[in-house]
Amino acid sequence: MKPWLRLIIYLVAAPVIGGLLAGWDRRVSARMQSRRGPPILQPFYDVLKLWQKKNLAVCFAQNYYILFFFLLIVFTGALFFAGSDLLLVIFALTTASIFFVLGAYKASSPYSFIGAERELIQIMAYEPMVLLTAIGMYMVTKTFYVHGIASHGGLLVLALPGVFLGFVFALEIKFRKSPFDLSFSHHAHQELVRGITTEFSGRTLALIEVAHWYESVFLLGWVYLFFASSPILGVAMSLLVYGFVVLVDNVFARLKWQTALTSAWAVTAVLGFGNIMVLSFQR
Amino acid sequence: MTLVPALVLLPFIAGLILLCVKAEWPRRALVLTVTAAVCAGSIVLACVPAPVDLAGLPLNRHWLNVAMTAIEVLMGLYILYVGVRARHFLIVALMVAQGAVMAWFEWLARADLNPGQALFVDKFSMVMALINGILGGGICLYALGYMREYHTEGHRDVPDRRPLFFALLFIFMGAMFGLVFADDLAWLFFFWEITTLCSFLLIGYTQTPEARRNALRALVMNLAGGLAFALAMAWFYRQTHSLGLQALIHSGHAVALLPAALLCFAGITKAAQCPFSSWLLGAMVAPTPVSALLHSSTMVKAGVYLILRLAPAITGTAVGLTVALVGGVTFLIGSLAAITTPEAKRVLAYSTVANLGLIVLCGGIGTCQAVWAGILLIIFHAAAKCLLFLSVGVVEHKLHSRNIEDMSGLVLYMPRVAVMMLIGMAGMSLAPFGMLISKWATLRAVVDACPLLSVFIVFGSGATLFFWVKWMGKLVEVVRPRNQVVKEISLDESVALYGLTLVTFLACLFFPLFSTQFIEPYVAGIYGQSASLGQGNTIIMVIMMAVVMLFPLSFLSKGRGVKLVDPYLGGANLRDASHFSGWCGQAESVTLHNYYMGGVLNEAWLSRLAVAGGAVLLAVMMAFAIL
Repeated sequence: MKPWLRLIIYLVAAPVIGGLLAGWDRRVSARMQSRRGPPILQPFYDVLKLWQKKNLAVCFAQNYYILFFFLLIVFTGALFFAGSDLLLVIFALTTASIFFVLGAYKASSPYSFIGAERELIQIMAYEPMVLLTAIGMYMVTKTFYVHGIASHGGLLVLALPGVFLGFVFALEIKFRKSPFDLSFSHHAHQELVRGITTEFSGRTLALIEVAHWYESVFLLGWVYLFFASSPILGVAMSLLVYGFVVLVDNVFARLKWQTALTSAWAVTAVLGFGNIMVLSFQR
Repeated sequence: MTLVPALVLLPFIAGLILLCVKAEWPRRALVLTVTAAVCAGSIVLACVPAPVDLAGLPLNRHWLNVAMTAIEVLMGLYILYVGVRARHFLIVALMVAQGAVMAWFEWLARADLNPGQALFVDKFSMVMALINGILGGGICLYALGYMREYHTEGHRDVPDRRPLFFALLFIFMGAMFGLVFADDLAWLFFFWEITTLCSFLLIGYTQTPEARRNALRALVMNLAGGLAFALAMAWFYRQTHSLGLQALIHSGHAVALLPAALLCFAGITKAAQCPFSSWLLGAMVAPTPVSALLHSSTMVKAGVYLILRLAPAITGTAVGLTVALVGGVTFLIGSLAAITTPEAKRVLAYSTVANLGLIVLCGGIGTCQAVWAGILLIIFHAAAKCLLFLSVGVVEHKLHSRNIEDMSGLVLYMPRVAVMMLIGMAGMSLAPFGMLISKWATLRAVVDACPLLSVFIVFGSGATLFFWVKWMGKLVEVVRPRNQVVKEISLDESVALYGLTLVTFLACLFFPLFSTQFIEPYVAGIYGQSASLGQGNTIIMVIMMAVVMLFPLSFLSKGRGVKLVDPYLGGANLRDASHFSGWCGQAESVTLHNYYMGGVLNEAWLSRLAVAGGAVLLAVMMAFAIL
């Protein structure tokens, strides 16, 4: 498939798939909690409703930060699906997250402020593992380009089992799922008002939601890369990983940020770096 | 090509004249003229094809060498005097040892009156000269306004010794020019020692007990480096009867390894790597222009310059690996330590130490990609860090505090300076700007050469992001309205600050040009092959840069249909939304405070770890070099 075709498919299909995944997440979570749960399409209804709401803000600038967060998240995914350099993709993702965080700082409410700090801690917690994942993939396939990694002959996960497990751990943080939903959570009982999104409303909040859909698809695309030589297995594993993340979300309560950070770094050091060490001795 | 010696001499002469100038306006005139001349000179030099032909210059005269030796002896005697007066016997011991080594060297070299070429200017020297000329010039300009305010408003108790201050700034700059142009190790050493002495005098400028103590610490650590340098010089001369830096680089591992290791040791002390990072942190007691000078254009850059120069001589050896490890450890520990402190200058200092660690890591790996990334790091770090230090200096004068927590809402009441700081920080931490590009290049170089070392970069860069963004957040957040500061910056300061902002901005925008015009030719000349990020990536980055640079435009338009409301505080808001009705209807005030990770990270513990780890690594490095 041509890169530009993949790009267009991503731009159109990612919000649909991401929204459906979010709806499925809510439905499954509800069933795990013995509730009936909303319809699968509920996230779309929510976003449409948010879009029609009055636009309230503490200051004008905060909405622009979120606009750029949205643009950069879409850009990140676009780079990924166009087959670009994986490290560049990570840096674009980080820049996007920084705009999100700065928007919350700008809103200047104590709750969004704490959310912003915690989001930063989460970035700090998962970024090493995400970078190590890119490095591990490079060591096996000799390229940082996503199209090169995707067309590699063997199953990457066989060479990178530790990195894969570490990456799933990092996804738990990146998806902001319990026990690492420090900055904002879907579980009201353990939330400080609404964390990082406290002061966002209307269209801005809708943009955050849609950006999250794009992001989910991009991250699952990355899971797919581990199994890229066998597409069916790849798609199945991506969905399975998503299911696993949802399951963990429902069986754990939120951890303290200290535990989140130290455990993430420990997992990165042991599983991620251990795997890299094995690979570099094999060379 | 008389421009090269002129660039070295002009600041020296200007410095000596400034020493005698007491009045304000002649000093101003002289500083302005010399700064303009030096900036222009370094830009002109950058346009000359490399390597510059210096054959016609009368530099091998006997009297010149005698004069340099005489100045060196005088400096040595002065340092001895300082050591004795302060009863700091380590200084005395190091100086005596250095004197003994130099005497041995002079005895070895007694018969040889005609060493090789003294100066050598290639693309790398040109980049360093540009940094030194433009950024150093900007700092001198800024110092005019800053020091006036420093003595008339902020620090009346400090004796006004501005003639000495400006003289030292210019001599420092001249020495740095000499250092990057020198090929003869004896010349290099001469300028190296001048920077040591100048930094000692500048750090101790205020003469408070703390300043004296920190100045002595800086002196003792740099003297240790000087001793290593002298040993390297004497040893290399004994082996090969030559003193050329180029000769050393090209003379093969068997001969060059020990002197190269000793020179790397000297570079590590000067670049404030573990275990020597404490001198640079202590140097903050000096007025801000000194910090800016030490951190961005001179001093520490001399250390990493030397290590990157020597990279071809140590690449692929155990010595190179340990140098890289020192850099990696310093990057990680420096980045983590920067999280723990709310003091703005201290955060900047830790970040300098960390970024220099990254450059040293590149030098230790020493492949063509790594050296390419290292030079790119030098450029971006110098520009952004200079801007940040000078902005913090301005804020410190207005707020009488260097605490980051006090800078809350700065974007509202000192908008210009706040925007400059944000640009500097974006340049240091955000993709697709300078430092991040360089970090990316470094990561690729490290993964190709030695994947295990990447662990330092991946953990360190997570930490880097945390402390930069929380600081940026502090600047943009607005809890309670405050009046705008009436006169933010004086004329000299604003010329320097706007200029530096422009330089940072242009450096980020035109980095591909820097790469193709300066860095790639230099790397290709040494390794026979060149490195770059690839054209496709560069294009993507320029697109991304354009997108991010559009962001400030969004502030021009107020959002349509957006209704402003007060933030939610957890109770009914009172007055201006900086207070809320709390328990029993009492008015509670809102304060926002950043995380410093007190429970997880501890500054003192980290610095002990840095000293221990660095010392062990250096011992291992010297053991490898000798065996």
